[in-house]
Amino acid sequence: MAKIIVVTSGKGGVGKTTSSAAIGTGLALAGHKTVIVDFDIGLRNLDLIMGCERRVVYDFVNVINGEANLKQTLIKDKRTDNLFILPASQTRDKDALTREGVEKVLNELAKDFDFIICDSPAGIESGAMMALYFADEAVVVTNPEVSSVRDSDRIIGMLSSKSRRAEQGLEGIKEHLLLTRYNPERVEKGEMLSVEDVKEILAIELIGVIPESQAVLNASNSGQPVILDTESDAGQAYLDTIKRLLGEQVPFRFLTVEKKSFIKRIFGG
Amino acid sequence: MSLLDYFRSTKKNTASTAKERLQIIVAHERKRRNGPDYLPQLERDILEVIRKYVDIPADQIAVSLEQRGDQISVLELNVTFPDDKR
Repeated sequence: MAKIIVVTSGKGGVGKTTSSAAIGTGLALAGHKTVIVDFDIGLRNLDLIMGCERRVVYDFVNVINGEANLKQTLIKDKRTDNLFILPASQTRDKDALTREGVEKVLNELAKDFDFIICDSPAGIESGAMMALYFADEAVVVTNPEVSSVRDSDRIIGMLSSKSRRAEQGLEGIKEHLLLTRYNPERVEKGEMLSVEDVKEILAIELIGVIPESQAVLNASNSGQPVILDTESDAGQAYLDTIKRLLGEQVPFRFLTVEKKSFIKRIFGG
Repeated sequence: MSLLDYFRSTKKNTASTAKERLQIIVAHERKRRNGPDYLPQLERDILEVIRKYVDIPADQIAVSLEQRGDQISVLELNVTFPDDKR
């Protein structure tokens, strides 16, 4: 039975698509057959981050409307085995996703895949609600910044009241906190909320901390999920996150400032 | 802490301000979220009625619904009147 994981945040620009790409790729690398579904109807971007933008023929809405089947629509990733992408449509019709349509497609994917990653759009409108409705687990992507934390808290509220599991009285969605764009230097200076601060406010289990990193922009520039950049801090932090998602106990890295030179230690900076 | 930090750190750091503000707003919003859907509208309606008689700002009224045990819910209404309007 496939596990459905929604990657969500409420606020835009915090790293949902980057994280969806990294998590999907990481799970596939670990040998699990995985599909990443772009729920951002109208503003398709997962294809760019995954570097398959020129291979999109049909999309999610075509499948729902019966204009194409899944086999024609799914894009097989060229770098990673076991990995597929279901691109979003660029229609401006926001209501193109119906609950019945989404359910039908997810059920069909569930026959074939181990993991279905739902890349949610920002906001709390129908697209975001649709992305989280069928989820078994949720990765709540949060930046250590006031508006992101507040929006994450609202999304956590929705996960526990507006999902299929909530409505049917099943066991709740398993919620994970993924803190991204973390800057230990600014935290040490008292300019940024710390991991502990955010954990205390949101009160959900921490699955990963991704440091603010040049590697993320480099990865998106070249259409390659950052998790494949195994030399980079962000890539390694995502690899750790995947291990935790699969139930392994892994210590957290990149939470403190790299050791400084003697001169720096005296004069700060 | 380095020497320079010692001379620099006169201001309260902004991260702790952020944390305090978040704790307050999040607690407030959670309370509202867990209440019934009609509560905000009820709050607005009550405010309108009171405003017919006394001019009070919107933040001087608080409506909360508290669950006490299985059987009883208590609707609590808290209105602060300005001094000169009494």
